[in-house]
Amino acid sequence: MLELAATQGQTVQADTELAASPLAIRGLTVSYGEKPAVFSVDMTVPAGAMTAIIGPNGAGKSTLLKAALGIVTPLSGRVRVFGKPLKEQLARVAYVPQRASIDWDFPTRVIDVVLMGLYRELGLLGRVRPRHRDRALGCLRRVGMEEFAGRQIGQLSGGQQQRVFLARALAQGADLYLLDEPFAGVDAATEKAIIAVLKELKQAGKTVVVVHHDLATVTDYFDHVFLINTRKVAEGPVTRTFTVENLQAAYGGRLTLAQLDQLPQSAV
Amino acid sequence: MSGAEFVPLSLTPMLIGTCAAVACALPGNFLVLRRQALIGDAISHVVLPGIVVAFLLTGAIAAWPMMLGAGGAAVLAVALIEAIRRLGRIEPGAAMGVVFTSMFAGGVLLLEQSDTSSVHLDVQHALYGNLESLIWLDATGWASLLDPEALGALPPELIRMAVTLLVVIGFTWLLWRPLKLSTFDEGFARTLGMRTGLLGLALVIVAAVAAVAAFDAVGSIIVIAMFICPPAAARLMTDRLEHQVGWSVAFAVLSAVLGYVLAGYGPLWLGAQDAVSAAGMIATVSGVILALAARFGPCRSRTGAPQEI
Repeated sequence: MLELAATQGQTVQADTELAASPLAIRGLTVSYGEKPAVFSVDMTVPAGAMTAIIGPNGAGKSTLLKAALGIVTPLSGRVRVFGKPLKEQLARVAYVPQRASIDWDFPTRVIDVVLMGLYRELGLLGRVRPRHRDRALGCLRRVGMEEFAGRQIGQLSGGQQQRVFLARALAQGADLYLLDEPFAGVDAATEKAIIAVLKELKQAGKTVVVVHHDLATVTDYFDHVFLINTRKVAEGPVTRTFTVENLQAAYGGRLTLAQLDQLPQSAV
Repeated sequence: MSGAEFVPLSLTPMLIGTCAAVACALPGNFLVLRRQALIGDAISHVVLPGIVVAFLLTGAIAAWPMMLGAGGAAVLAVALIEAIRRLGRIEPGAAMGVVFTSMFAGGVLLLEQSDTSSVHLDVQHALYGNLESLIWLDATGWASLLDPEALGALPPELIRMAVTLLVVIGFTWLLWRPLKLSTFDEGFARTLGMRTGLLGLALVIVAAVAAVAAFDAVGSIIVIAMFICPPAAARLMTDRLEHQVGWSVAFAVLSAVLGYVLAGYGPLWLGAQDAVSAAGMIATVSGVILALAARFGPCRSRTGAPQEI
C-alpha cells in the first residue's frame, strides 16, 4: 500500500507540473528514418518567460518544435499545452515556421498572410470585414510593416518576410508563441524589431519559445534555455544552465574556441 | 453562320470543351503551386487498366462502367502515390513516375493478354477524344434551347461534364481558404488544426474526377494541357491567387472556344479541305497563351525564389 501511495504521489506531482506549464513534453521520440532526430526528450517550458532552444545543426531543435505542434508525428511521447492535449488548445498556440521552408513566390499579399492568422475566427466561408482588416494592419504596425500591406510577399527582404510571419502569429492572439529560427538571416533592424515585440509579449504574460542559433545573444534575449543534441542536455534558467560545460556537452567538439570567445562573460 | 447550323453542330462540342477545360484548370491552379501539376498526366495514364477491367467485367463499351473503372483506377493511383511518397520519403514527382508507368504498363498487359483485341480501344480516341462527334442532332436552331424534347436529346457527355464542373466549383469554393493556406504554408495550416494530408488527397481526387470525366469526352491531350497551361499562364499575369484563378478560367474558356473555332474553320480559311482535331487545337491554343504570358506577362520575375548565396 505504501509503495502504491508513493508511486501515485509521484504521478500527482508530475501531473501538476504538466498542468502548470504552457508546454510540457514527456518522453518524446521522433524519427525520420532509422536514426531518431529527437530521442526521449522531456521539456517543461516555464510560463511567462522567454525560452531558447539551443543545439548544433541537426540536433533536432526544429523537429522538437514541430512534434510539439503536431506537424510531425512522434513515435512516442506526450505533449501537454496548458495541461491539456494540443488538440484542445490549438487556439492558444501560434507558430512561426522557418522562413526558408516557405515558397515566397506564392501569389499572395502581405495583408493576406496576416489575415491567415485569423482563420480560426473567420472559418471556411466567413467574410473578411473591416474590423478583421484593421486588426491585421494593427499587427503589421507592431512589427513596423504596415506600409507594405499591399505588397506581394516575394518582393520583401528576408527580414521583412520574417516580420510578416511574426505579425501573423500576433493576429492569432495566442498565449504560447513558438518560433523556429526567427533571427536566421535577418538584418539588424529586423532582429531589434522582433525581439522588442517578443519582449512585449512576455510583459503581457505570454510564453515565448524560440529555436535560436546565435549563442552570443542568448543571455541578452532569454530567461530560460533548453540545450538539445537529439537527447536533452540541460534545461533551466539562463544564469544557471547556459554554461560552458553544458554547451560543450551539447555541441561536442563542434564548438570552436572562437565561438566560446564570443560568449558573454556570464556563460564563461 | 446561322443558328440552324451552329446550334446542332458546334454549340454542344464547344460547351463540352469549355466545361472540361475549366473543370481541369480550377484544381490545376493548386496543383501547379504545389508542384504536382504532372498528376494530370499521371491520371490519364493510370485510367487505362481501370477501363480495361471495367470492360472485362461488363463485356460492353458503355460510358458509366468505364468511367467508374477509370475513376477507381485514378483513386487507387492517387492512394499509391501518396503511400509511396510518405513511406519512401521521396518527392511527389518520383512517386508519380513510378505509379503511372507501372499502372499504364499493367493496363497494356491486361489489354494484350485478355480477349479484348477485337474491341475498339484505340490510341487516337484516347488522345484526342471525339469532341466533333458530340453533336446535338435534335436541335434545329437557337429555339431548341427552350424545347424540352430537344433538350432531352442533349449528348450525355455534356450533362456529365457540366455536373463534374459544378462539383469542382463547389469544392473549390467551399474549401478555398484551407486549400490556399495549406498550399502556402502546410506546417502553419496543421497548427490551425487542418488535416492537410486529407485535404491534399481530396484535391487530387477532385482533379482525378475532373480528368476522368474530361478524358471520356475530349481525350487526354486536353486534360494534360488544361491542368497546366491556363493556371501557369495565369500565374504570370498576377501576384494574387484570387486573380490567378480568375485568369486561369478566362484562359481555359478562351482556349476551348478559340481552339474549337480554329480547328473547324481555320483550315478552310487557309484553303484546305478538312478540319483538324479540335482537342489538339484547344491544347495548342492554351500552349500559345502560356508562351505569350511567359514572354509578356507582368509578373514573370521569380522575386521570391530562394537566392544563391
